[in-house]
Amino acid sequence: MKIDLFITCLNDAMFPRTGEATARLLERLGHEVRFNERQTCCGQMHFNSGYQHDALRLVRHFVDTFRDADVVVAPSGSCVGMVRDLYPRAAEWAHDDALLAEVQALTPRVFELSEFLVHHQGLEDVGAYYPHRVTYHQTCHAMRVLRVGDAPLRLLQRVRGLNLVALPAVDQCCGFGGTFSVKNPETSTAMLADKVQHVMSTNAEACTAGDNSCLMHIGGGLSRLQSGTRTVHLAEILASTEHEVFA
Amino acid sequence: MSAGGIKPARPFPAAARDTLGNAQMRRNLRHATTTIREKRQRAVDELPNWEALRDEAAALKDHVMAHLSEYLLELEASVQARGGQVHWARTAQEARSIVAALAQRHGAQEVIKVKSISTDEIELNAGLAAHGIHAIETDLAELIVQLAEDQPSHILVPAIHRNRAEIRELFQRKLGAELLTDDPKALADAARTYLREKFLSTTVAVSGANFAVAETGTVCVVESEGNGRMCLTMPDVLISVMGIEKVLPTWQDLAVFLRVLPRSSTAERMNPYTSFWSGVTPGDGPQEFHLVLLDNGRTDVLADDVGRQTLRCIRCSACLNVCPVYERTGGHAYGSVYPGPIGAILTPQLLQLEDENANTLPWASSLCGACYDACPVKINIPEVLLYLRGQISDAQPPSVQAAAFKVAAWVMSEPHRFEGAIKLARTGQGPLVKHGAIHALPGLLAGWTASRDLPAFPRQTFREWWRQRPAAQEHGPDRPEDTSETAGNAWEPL
Repeated sequence: MKIDLFITCLNDAMFPRTGEATARLLERLGHEVRFNERQTCCGQMHFNSGYQHDALRLVRHFVDTFRDADVVVAPSGSCVGMVRDLYPRAAEWAHDDALLAEVQALTPRVFELSEFLVHHQGLEDVGAYYPHRVTYHQTCHAMRVLRVGDAPLRLLQRVRGLNLVALPAVDQCCGFGGTFSVKNPETSTAMLADKVQHVMSTNAEACTAGDNSCLMHIGGGLSRLQSGTRTVHLAEILASTEHEVFA
Repeated sequence: MSAGGIKPARPFPAAARDTLGNAQMRRNLRHATTTIREKRQRAVDELPNWEALRDEAAALKDHVMAHLSEYLLELEASVQARGGQVHWARTAQEARSIVAALAQRHGAQEVIKVKSISTDEIELNAGLAAHGIHAIETDLAELIVQLAEDQPSHILVPAIHRNRAEIRELFQRKLGAELLTDDPKALADAARTYLREKFLSTTVAVSGANFAVAETGTVCVVESEGNGRMCLTMPDVLISVMGIEKVLPTWQDLAVFLRVLPRSSTAERMNPYTSFWSGVTPGDGPQEFHLVLLDNGRTDVLADDVGRQTLRCIRCSACLNVCPVYERTGGHAYGSVYPGPIGAILTPQLLQLEDENANTLPWASSLCGACYDACPVKINIPEVLLYLRGQISDAQPPSVQAAAFKVAAWVMSEPHRFEGAIKLARTGQGPLVKHGAIHALPGLLAGWTASRDLPAFPRQTFREWWRQRPAAQEHGPDRPEDTSETAGNAWEPL
């Protein structure tokens, strides 16, 4: 299958290894992977911060970039959630019917990585090897907007060598929320404190998730506490094999 | 007294800073919300048709909103036909004046009250006090809040932020009760002794309303303690204050809401007391009944295509109990009688998005979506939060932040500009990076690094890596190339 990667702006700039892992994983599974260099950002940061006119510019750019793609896969539940759930709202609120039609034509072809693998491809064992104790954080957008369900867990359960430990209060938000963490830093920190405590209680070597934004937040708390537990994106675990330890 | 009102005294971040520091409140809230969250889930899981019920409830409410004026006029006619009187209040001030005038007409110096958030919304107690009339809260939690001269911090459990030890001390001090323990029964007995005397001696009562049925003019209150029923049946005069969105067309419609409300709010299959009254019945119950229909900003909410769904709310408080922000900050941080996720959208809308402090509320959410999943009438709270953020930002004068977002959108709408900006940031971050991470940022972003590290920009972006990979379109399980050069995230590989 021809797959267009959507490597979100955060992943492109801050977490390039997640993008690499996604590309390598999908190629290993036999897909033809493409990266359209015109892509930039989904516009979520603008939209969620209240700058919806500015976000519209990025919505249009996204639609222009991926209009001809067969399938778009992104290693981010949050950004795919923006595209699938909020692009139609953005077009509606701007009263742009032409854009709405384009968005509706494109969004059914945009997938988050774990939902693409499990729900779209019917795949659970991707041939990964990752010999570590890992706990999984369910990100809000993947869980409640995209409804990926247990897709990431099913993928992790099939990773050889991986010791998966349950995270207490797994359905609780980590407190990132994009600019929420900057506009309401104390409240965000209070939420993070509980999340970090839960992660540390698992005694895991790594906390994984399908979104580097949440992981950046949780990882930032773990790092500040010198906890010795780190964060790793799900794609990096799935890309790792006996031959190539990716993450 | 539990004055209330809906105008926050401070912006949310400032108010939250104080409540977050209250360790006792944090523990009380965490315990209460965690318990009720689990119970609610069990109660909801019992019903195989829960999702269908939610859809039905939402559709019914939307139907009412689309025909609100017709149903309100029908309600008015039905109430009058059964001997009740109807009063229309455009504002909180009008509503207060109507109730005060009615109480004064009967020479009341005290009125007893059923727990009612709409009377808290209009600050009725303070309004009556200005006329020398003392309002006595009869709901146990409302009474606690009133005696403590505190504010409610939850729609359904106004004293959720208090624990039993605090309540024992309060009853000893304010009611003169001799309490040897903080056993719930002992506390309830102390309140009962005080309230019984009030029920027997007071002739005017004020209630809110959970629902009103247009076809029969029947008003309904749903409660757990029975104190409400005492207020509704014992006095001579009953004055009910009701938001105009609470009307339902028929009894059939009411059935849907009496199924979704108790499970969503108290996690019960049915609440202990559901009272109905239709006008007046000679020789039985209050002999004079007044229904005050309150607008107070609601028709403005109704006029907005996206915001309108807020008026579906049946005040069950399920959204509060699942909200991670509410759980940490408590209700007081929201500065309104409507706290939590529903308060974050209802309060600013009732104030026509003109109150600066209330306008900070739509940002008091991480957009995790738990509220939307829990809402029995399917209010898409995250959607309304985002919509309001846009409306509020649009109306604000130009700011540094707005300019920064505009520039960012301009940069990000062209890949070469975006790439240039990353290179610039990568160079600029130099002095901030220590051991691969950033521990302190200046300006607007300082809040982030107060408690969290930030990874440094790595040496290479994804697109730089993509361009330089030797055979971009080849694929196979054992590619020989070395990836070590592309490493460099702050969070080091295992």
